[in-house]
Amino acid sequence: MLPITKRLKAIALLLTPILAITGQAEIGEPEKDELTFGFIKLTDMAPIAIAYENGYFEDEGLYVTIEAQANWKVLLDGVIDGQLDGAHMLAGQPLAATIGFGTKAHIITPFSMDLNGNGITVSNAVWQAMKPNIPKRADGRPVHPIKADYLKPVVESYIAEGKPFNMGMVFPVSTHNYELRYWLAAGGLHPGFYAPHKGDITGQLDADVLLSVTPPPQMPATLEAGTIYGYCVGEPWNQQAVFKGIGVPVITDYEIWKNNPEKVFGITKAFSEKYPNTTVRIVKALLRAAKWLDENNNANRMAAVEILSQSEYVGADAEVIANSMTGTFEYEKGDKREVPDFNVFFRYFATYPYYSDAVWYLSQMRRWGQIAEPQTDAWYHDVAKRVYRPDIYAQAAQALIEEGYMSPEEFPDFDNETGFRPPQDEFIDDITFDGTQPNAYLKQFPIGLKDEVL
Amino acid sequence: MITASLNHLKAAGLRLPHLAARSIIPILGISLFLLVWQIVAANIDTSLGKFPGPSQVWQQTKALADEHVQQRAKAAKFYQRQEERNAKKLAQDPNATIKMRAYTGKPTFWDQILTSLITVMFGFALASCVAIPLGIICGLSERIYEAVNPIIQVLKPVSPLAWLPLVTMVVSAVYVSDDPLFEKSFLNSAFTVALCCLWPTVINTTVGVSSIDKDLVDVGRVIKLPPSTHVAKIVLPSSIPLIFTGLRLSLATGWMVLIAAEMLAQNPGLGKFIWDEFQNGSSNSLSRIMVAVLTIGLIGFLLDRTMLVIQRRISWDKQAVLR
Repeated sequence: MLPITKRLKAIALLLTPILAITGQAEIGEPEKDELTFGFIKLTDMAPIAIAYENGYFEDEGLYVTIEAQANWKVLLDGVIDGQLDGAHMLAGQPLAATIGFGTKAHIITPFSMDLNGNGITVSNAVWQAMKPNIPKRADGRPVHPIKADYLKPVVESYIAEGKPFNMGMVFPVSTHNYELRYWLAAGGLHPGFYAPHKGDITGQLDADVLLSVTPPPQMPATLEAGTIYGYCVGEPWNQQAVFKGIGVPVITDYEIWKNNPEKVFGITKAFSEKYPNTTVRIVKALLRAAKWLDENNNANRMAAVEILSQSEYVGADAEVIANSMTGTFEYEKGDKREVPDFNVFFRYFATYPYYSDAVWYLSQMRRWGQIAEPQTDAWYHDVAKRVYRPDIYAQAAQALIEEGYMSPEEFPDFDNETGFRPPQDEFIDDITFDGTQPNAYLKQFPIGLKDEVL
Repeated sequence: MITASLNHLKAAGLRLPHLAARSIIPILGISLFLLVWQIVAANIDTSLGKFPGPSQVWQQTKALADEHVQQRAKAAKFYQRQEERNAKKLAQDPNATIKMRAYTGKPTFWDQILTSLITVMFGFALASCVAIPLGIICGLSERIYEAVNPIIQVLKPVSPLAWLPLVTMVVSAVYVSDDPLFEKSFLNSAFTVALCCLWPTVINTTVGVSSIDKDLVDVGRVIKLPPSTHVAKIVLPSSIPLIFTGLRLSLATGWMVLIAAEMLAQNPGLGKFIWDEFQNGSSNSLSRIMVAVLTIGLIGFLLDRTMLVIQRRISWDKQAVLR
């Protein structure tokens, strides 16, 4: 009886000729082996930390330095000017950079880092004002999901008093910006338009709620200072508001859009062309890390929490990080609920860079005017294919299958995968998203741009 | 009351053993400070817990020292793994090119201190190389001084952080090399420091040179000293005290500027350490920041004392009171 790894290796050896026929050449030595990756202090940077700590990068012959960045802009500039070789990025960043909203540069992503993982938190005062509007369950706790409809009277009362209602998000092209906007608009609150062609990139035209940028780790402090009344951010910064007693998370992004794509790993196109082997090897290491994070029904999550709580990674207290990483989420203090899929790193093909995910982000950029002109469906697909690179992903996955670390059923069927998920209908406002028809999708929203130019 | 007892102590100081007398008052002051700190800290509630008092700060100092030891152990393992990997590679292919890479783990607190010290020294040396000659020229020639002075006066009050974006952009545009000798972040910090610690030295050197005793200058003129000898034998020695005053001010400014620059630009060093801890927002963060604050103060103090010692060595007037 051979040990399991040996058996797998034997199987891999048997498979090698088959894979060779399908065009899988063995991946050569990395062209560049000393790399620096950037990240923002959020729990969803975990695959990078785990790939480092578990030695997956070293297994690929990569010597990686991981550096925390001050904010998303600094991080993006670092990747563009080459100080960073790659980074934990907002899904909107490679897309926006490639189409030239903000700094223009061709960034690609061969790897999606996770699903879900964000939440919307409001200050205690706002929560007290909204709470009477929310229907209660038999046990007295609020019924979830909490829609922005209940926030609307609060916002109206602030406006009536002449106080602008400010909320924070982390970056103009962040998931958080689009999720917060989606939630607000689904509740009839206008989050404001961008008009880059007129030089207006504040995103506050016609707004009921004024959104502005605050770096994730500063969110709780800014909320406490009263500059904003709520925010949308990744973990651990929602849970920290609960721990510090300064705010109440009202909804997670899982409830806004079930299993929404979150961060991606971004590199420049130039990097991927100059260092193809290195690129594939990075994806291999990240894939192994993602798998480890979700393995055996999240069995490794506590170990991951310990690693993430070290000061060089996320650095927040372990119990704060554990709250969301281990499948529970604390809303109002004491109201802890099970959200097993709050952070998904690997299952549901979470790491595969779906074109349809890219199209959704582009559709939201168009909806809020970041893309000033209406575009054809073909344009959306073309941009998605320039930025999202399942071809690189597939190479890495095949290599891992070949080496026995993974099995084919852990991945989409590469031969028949179109890159477009089937139409998704699990949104808070019950609108269905079909990635193949972005323009038809946009027409369904009561609030948001369609064919018009502001 | 306190002044009275101070006066009393001062008088007693003449009789008491010298060292003991001199250390009593500082020790009293420090103990009082620690006491007040502990009491005040216990009454400040932040969202990250109580403000750290001396005991929490001491704990974190020890924790940081432990982390340093742990990181070094991790680094040793890293090198061991790398050697094994290289050996394996050589065994497979004897012609394979292998190399050792530097440890990729995080810099510890002590590493950050060292980085900051090197950076400030580099920036300071750079600034001094420019500032002292410029100051001498301005001091020697009234006309040049009048031409340069307005520029100095305008640039002097500029905050270092205003320079930082410009320095960053210029460095990343101009300093392009495949195998750079220095990290860009190091140069950014060092140049920002240099820009800010130019001015005190320039101004003080100018004043020092222009206020040399007229008799000395006249003597030089009478014995027809060539300009270079004039500078070396008369100008420099007599303006040393003021040059050093300038250098000490510069170094102090540079040290303060560096921390701010590191915080803002995320360049390695103590400033980044503070910013990272602030962003972590863990229950130990405030204590760790406090450790850094005290370390910065202590190093600033030691830097100044070092300059003072050098000044005493170099200055010809051993009688002058330096403080």
